[in-house]
Amino acid sequence: MAATGDAILEVRDLVKHFPLTQGVVVRKQIGAVRAVDGISFDLRRGETLGIVGESGCGKSTLAKLLMGLERPTRGSVRIKGREIAGAKGGELKRIRRNIQLVMQDPYTSLNPRMTVGDIVGEPYEIHPEAAPKGDRRRRVQALLELVGLDPDHVNRYPHQFSGGQRQRIGIARGLALQPEVIVCDEPVSALDVSIQAQVVNLLARLQRDLGLSYVFIAHDLSVVRHIADRVGVMYLGKMVELGRDAEVYGQPAHPYTQALLSAVPVPDPEGRERRERIVLRGDPPSPANPPSGCRFRTRCWKAQEVCAQQEPPLQLRPGTWHESACHFPQIHDVIRAF
Amino acid sequence: MSDPAVSGPAVRVGGGDGGSGTAPRGAAAPRARHARRAKSPGGSPARPSRGAPAGRPASLWSDAWHELRRRPLFVAAAVLIGVILLMAAVPQLFTSVDPYDAASCRLGDARQAPSAAHWFGTDNQGCDTLARTVYGTRNSLLVGLSTTAVTVLVGGLLGLVAGFRGGLPDALLSRVSEVFFAIPSVLGALLILAVFRTGTVWTVMLALAVLAWPMTFRIMRAAVIAARGQDYVVAARALGASGRRIMFRHILPNAVTSVIVVATVNLGVFIAAEAGLSFLGVGIQSPEISWGLMIADARPRFLEAASPLLFPAAFLSLTVLAFIMLGDAVRDALDPKLR
Repeated sequence: MAATGDAILEVRDLVKHFPLTQGVVVRKQIGAVRAVDGISFDLRRGETLGIVGESGCGKSTLAKLLMGLERPTRGSVRIKGREIAGAKGGELKRIRRNIQLVMQDPYTSLNPRMTVGDIVGEPYEIHPEAAPKGDRRRRVQALLELVGLDPDHVNRYPHQFSGGQRQRIGIARGLALQPEVIVCDEPVSALDVSIQAQVVNLLARLQRDLGLSYVFIAHDLSVVRHIADRVGVMYLGKMVELGRDAEVYGQPAHPYTQALLSAVPVPDPEGRERRERIVLRGDPPSPANPPSGCRFRTRCWKAQEVCAQQEPPLQLRPGTWHESACHFPQIHDVIRAF
Repeated sequence: MSDPAVSGPAVRVGGGDGGSGTAPRGAAAPRARHARRAKSPGGSPARPSRGAPAGRPASLWSDAWHELRRRPLFVAAAVLIGVILLMAAVPQLFTSVDPYDAASCRLGDARQAPSAAHWFGTDNQGCDTLARTVYGTRNSLLVGLSTTAVTVLVGGLLGLVAGFRGGLPDALLSRVSEVFFAIPSVLGALLILAVFRTGTVWTVMLALAVLAWPMTFRIMRAAVIAARGQDYVVAARALGASGRRIMFRHILPNAVTSVIVVATVNLGVFIAAEAGLSFLGVGIQSPEISWGLMIADARPRFLEAASPLLFPAAFLSLTVLAFIMLGDAVRDALDPKLR
């Protein structure tokens, strides 16, 4: 898509550790859950960066860090050169006009006691400078129309809408302040498959029309493939592979990505039988006590001595065209049948 | 939020169903509701298409109201409470005798059985039991309503602060509330009322409120904590909403329903507690009239004249029952899971 060169969102060495404490009166820190542990990437203007990974790999924490809803332990998140990670008060509020959130569950992300007009119009009440008072109602109706809802429904309540329509309301709320970056945290995983396509296509259309940049977090690989320009694969708080979607899907270099892709359901029975299926052993290790060196080594079939000693950085490696974090990267097409 | 000019066009019933375009909100409501029900038995409304009837703006409250009106339990409770309220406001409607006028009692008529002249009979002083029972309603209700109001305000506000702020304020308020929880209620009320020389509606209210606010506090706190973790609160934070806006616009409206339900039930409990304290002699004092006081006065001669005890006791039971039934019905109507 129309991704121009300059980075609108720069994430550098982002770390979030949640402390584990013991004791009731005197709290003692006995460890930390390393939810996000050193993530760096750029998001370019007009681009969609998909973030995939299994449950508990730190995707949602990453979204909260990008939004400034959690304070990072270390690292920086810059949006148009302005640091959101340490910002407070008025500064944080100003930065927030540029980055907004679309949440996963359309049933809990809308206040059931507010009308749709109030929900979509609330951003203007919080940021009165964003729209003159007399103009707000018209803008709310325009937003509803933009996301494909009837603008006459401003006085309805969320429970009068279906899941897909509610998600559209959430998107309209996110668009109200005309942000340039939208963080979508599993925006379609709570919806029916048919509705998923509608919402994903709506997001793609809005991106074209409004020049938005998306960070699109999901665990559904095919949805991410549909909308993303670049894809980052997360495992236990680390980014293990990052590249253009065709590269990551077509020539995955990291064994975890290969295993993940081999698990995608294939709708063609013949292809299903021919293709290779990589089944990982065991469960992901606890993020409170991750393995030394490469975090994936406990489940990796290629693991050797060096994997336990040295952590492989995310970088371009010989024989591959995109960044990966593996000592033994090897392009391996697992989804030719895709 | 929605000024009349704004809500105007959206309530208009469009489409060719013969609905007049300018039907007022109230008139259009039942029809729109039924249409919605019929379309979606599963509860999730069918996709409203463009040009279809826009329907009235339905809220949880108006839905609850519709739900309530169809419940016999609620209707019975509401009728009873209506009569009781009327009795408290204008007792003259129900009896021509003024029991506060000493001349209305004649000792010679003491302990008469119910008759045409005295429907509920007379008490030890020869006063008309019907008149006293009717006039006693006001004090009982005053105690119930004022205690409920104070506990909801105090407990609700403190619960909101504790649940929203968490941390030290929460720990402090919770410990304080637990101290009050630990006091046995009758004993505590006796102690507090012993401080005042004369018991009135207001001292009884104070004693009950001091002991009862922790319950409202706890319910409010729990509801606020539940609402605080909801996604719409996260969304509001992501928009940059202030703590005050989140507290009063997002959390309070969602947390207040459970407090309202408990308050309705408690109202009946407070009325019963007032009667208990007055019976024990520390509550409302003669010459004021209260059901508890009447029961206490009639007790020693109960075997000779049962009616001065039975009638105020029956009124008391009915009133408490009505409020508890109301609380039950309101709880069911406000809880979408029970629909």
